[in-house]
Amino acid sequence: MNSNNFSVVGKSVPRVDIADKASGRTKYTNDLSSPGMLHAKLHISDRAHAMIHSINLKKAWEVSGVRAIITGESFPFPVGPLLADRPPLALKKVRYFGEPIALVVADTEQQAKKAAMLIEVVYEDLPVVNSPSEALKSDTPLIHEDLGSYKVQVKGVYPVPNTNIANLTKIRKGNLEAGWKNSDVKIDSKVSFGPSDHAALETRSARAEIKPSGHVIVHTASQGPFYVRKLLSQFFHIKPGMITVHTPAVGGAFGGKGAVQLEFLAYLASRAVGGKLVNLQNSREEDLMASPVHIGLEARVKLGATQEGKLQAAEIEYLFDGGAYSDTGAGISKAAASDCTGPYSIENVYCDSYCMYTNHPYATSFRGFGHPELTFAIERAMDKLAEKLNMDPLELRLLNAIKPGDTTPTQVHLNASNIGDISACLLRMKEMLNWNPDTQIMKTEDGKIRAKGISCLWKTSSTPPNATAGAVLTFNTDGSVNLSCAAIEVGQGTKTVLAQILAEKMKMAMKDIHVKLEVNTHHDPHQWKTVASSTTYIAGRAVMAAADDAITQLKKIGAVALKCLPDDLEVGNSRVYVKDSPEYGVKITDLAVGYKYPDGNTVGGLVLGEGSYNVRHLTPLDPETGFGKPGPQWAVGVQAVEVEFNPEDFTYRVLKSATVLDAGKVINPQAAIGQMRGGMYMGLSWASRESFIFDGHGKILNPQLRTYDILRSSEIPEYLVDFVETPLVDGPYGARGMGEYGVIGMAGALGNALAKACGTDLYQLPLTHERIWGSMKGGGR
Amino acid sequence: MENIETGQLIKLTVNEQSKEIYVRNSETLLHTLREKLGLMGVKPGCYNGDCGSCTVLIDGIPINACHILSVEAVGYQIMTIEGLKDQTIPEEFIKNWAIQCGYCTPGFILNSYALVQNNPDADDAAIDEWLESNICRCTGYQEIKESVKNILNVKR
Repeated sequence: MNSNNFSVVGKSVPRVDIADKASGRTKYTNDLSSPGMLHAKLHISDRAHAMIHSINLKKAWEVSGVRAIITGESFPFPVGPLLADRPPLALKKVRYFGEPIALVVADTEQQAKKAAMLIEVVYEDLPVVNSPSEALKSDTPLIHEDLGSYKVQVKGVYPVPNTNIANLTKIRKGNLEAGWKNSDVKIDSKVSFGPSDHAALETRSARAEIKPSGHVIVHTASQGPFYVRKLLSQFFHIKPGMITVHTPAVGGAFGGKGAVQLEFLAYLASRAVGGKLVNLQNSREEDLMASPVHIGLEARVKLGATQEGKLQAAEIEYLFDGGAYSDTGAGISKAAASDCTGPYSIENVYCDSYCMYTNHPYATSFRGFGHPELTFAIERAMDKLAEKLNMDPLELRLLNAIKPGDTTPTQVHLNASNIGDISACLLRMKEMLNWNPDTQIMKTEDGKIRAKGISCLWKTSSTPPNATAGAVLTFNTDGSVNLSCAAIEVGQGTKTVLAQILAEKMKMAMKDIHVKLEVNTHHDPHQWKTVASSTTYIAGRAVMAAADDAITQLKKIGAVALKCLPDDLEVGNSRVYVKDSPEYGVKITDLAVGYKYPDGNTVGGLVLGEGSYNVRHLTPLDPETGFGKPGPQWAVGVQAVEVEFNPEDFTYRVLKSATVLDAGKVINPQAAIGQMRGGMYMGLSWASRESFIFDGHGKILNPQLRTYDILRSSEIPEYLVDFVETPLVDGPYGARGMGEYGVIGMAGALGNALAKACGTDLYQLPLTHERIWGSMKGGGR
Repeated sequence: MENIETGQLIKLTVNEQSKEIYVRNSETLLHTLREKLGLMGVKPGCYNGDCGSCTVLIDGIPINACHILSVEAVGYQIMTIEGLKDQTIPEEFIKNWAIQCGYCTPGFILNSYALVQNNPDADDAAIDEWLESNICRCTGYQEIKESVKNILNVKR
């Protein structure tokens, strides 16, 4: 990575939040206690699909300290970000195991929990829909009988009434028939996996209070406090200005805290007790079962290519397991359709991408938003094609890598700025992993098999066309700057990166920039959400605009102080100085709150910098062809793993895990490496271990971190990370964004490596030892 | 089980200070430390001993605070992240970028501190075994392991 002439951008400056975090003093939502605060606890469903015959609250009310109990009837209207299909508390029926049915508010958490456990629900069981393919069959019971009456909240979501289809996005590009005609070799590949979870260490929590003035105050562990405000406003008919949402540091999110769920409940709970402050925090079990999860998928990918390996046709079906409610699952199925082929140039593409209702917990965004999922499907198919063509898998990818001049599945024209360089990533990976035909599969002396697997990846943001961010700069009397921006620090380092962008632009030292972790919708400028690897880009541009504004003002006052024109001046090193005589200048300290003459007269007032940025020219996808522009740019990458497989007992270890990412300019290399390592770990954990285990009736059998298995420190591979830096012309200093990308290719790379090592198709996640044994022996489940 | 709702006044030694607190008999140390003593560096993650986020040191031994009742902790030296004076480990975590969201950090730091104190000759296998009790969901663990190894190497 070259550092050009930047002084702060491109440097691994320490995180701005690190000292407080290292001492355990950073405050998260649930760390702020308030005397007199009431506590709420959920009663959740122990059926996956059933009519609610009756709810008996008698015993619950007998618990001392109980102040209110609410059920679905207290707000009998559906809510949801894309499609309003989910009552905050189950109404008449339950649609997943773990669905919130009632909420008890009491003086203490113990009382609330005790009472919640004493609520008795009588159910009448309904047939359970266990998978998206089952949900698609015409004789399967409907999970939402009233789908046709639900209100679609955003353009581009297409539910199909009288079915279990929450959304169908179609891609029709080129002429599929012609594509098949030109294909000498065809493959047909299937993959599937069930829902899993984000499992952020901090469970979700929210608290709400309604002031006598009508002002609603919410504190929540969220990736989108403004989004919380928007939905509360929309569904409870409160003016946005009457709602203030606070979010302090967030203890991991991974997409799971972009969903709005507990905030609705905390508001209803507060309303039930006369507006008093009520706190609702998930237990781990509730966080896994009752709150939204990571989506599952059943996919079928057919590819056609010439003898030389040039791709001609792709016919794809994605059946996402959206669970009981659509939340952002409908958007995930759309995002997956937009990038359905992976980063390959294919003229003829046909894709149906469904978000299906099932009786599983409902899905929301997970790091990668449909892309880790589609990439597993595509990359397994690419390896099968390579095998059939007798081609090196890396060479096949190199031959078909998408590049400027090509179009995406939704027919966006790619240019040298809006897409990264996938070929450069492949070549770098080839070198890094010593990839050649002899080393892809090797026997060790003790009879184990070492194999390498590779995966390409790409992703655009799928942001709404009005995704926006703002930044406000205020100056302190010591000349330092406060950066106010509603980007949420979930651990990714966004506050540091934004401070770096500001420092670079203002030519200031990092120590003179102050960023607080807490976001407050009353003080901070509007921001869509902190999701989609889009914050560096959108908020970064807002910060640059705010810096420009502040610089203009500083020059204006500086010109008075220095008796010259603003154009004669430059800002840097906390001074405003004359360009050609830098020794002649004035400190920002002496300008930021007005310039004071020796006689006390002051000119200029406060310097207040402001800036904002909005993504531009995005369009919804056409319902019949998918034609449209889903995002401003594509970051791309290549990931690979090396595994050691033991054919004696079907166990394996991942020895190496590598990422080469082209996310444009890397603002903070060490933070970026951390994102890639953490992404690889999360991707490997998901691909090798993580999944909910359901019994035949939709009941979750592993709702704890003891049984919902996550990789531990002893099980990690050696990580290799490198970057290619193709600048995004629009991006701050050329940056694209990268938070999600480390996860995207891991399942594909792991599946490909293990399939090679085992000599058998592996099409289901997670790739447990037992499953491999089953695939090889024709046994298993 | 009858006295589950009743409580008692107990004396706990926390971060070298004696604290007199009224607790329920069924109250976990996690609850007492956070809600009664305001020691919010003790982080709840699972309430089930699976994630290690609420690790505290009891007479120098790392224990999940969700897994011990406050009444059981009487008579022991309890240390939370707020009481850690030796900054070697936090500084090493900072140097190695072993912190992202920061939620698992106090648990990992106390666990690492106990490892260095109790087992200064720990080899890689011992480090692995020791750190397995804690989950980090953000980093790739490598940064945390490097931090611990660096400190052990300096000590040797």
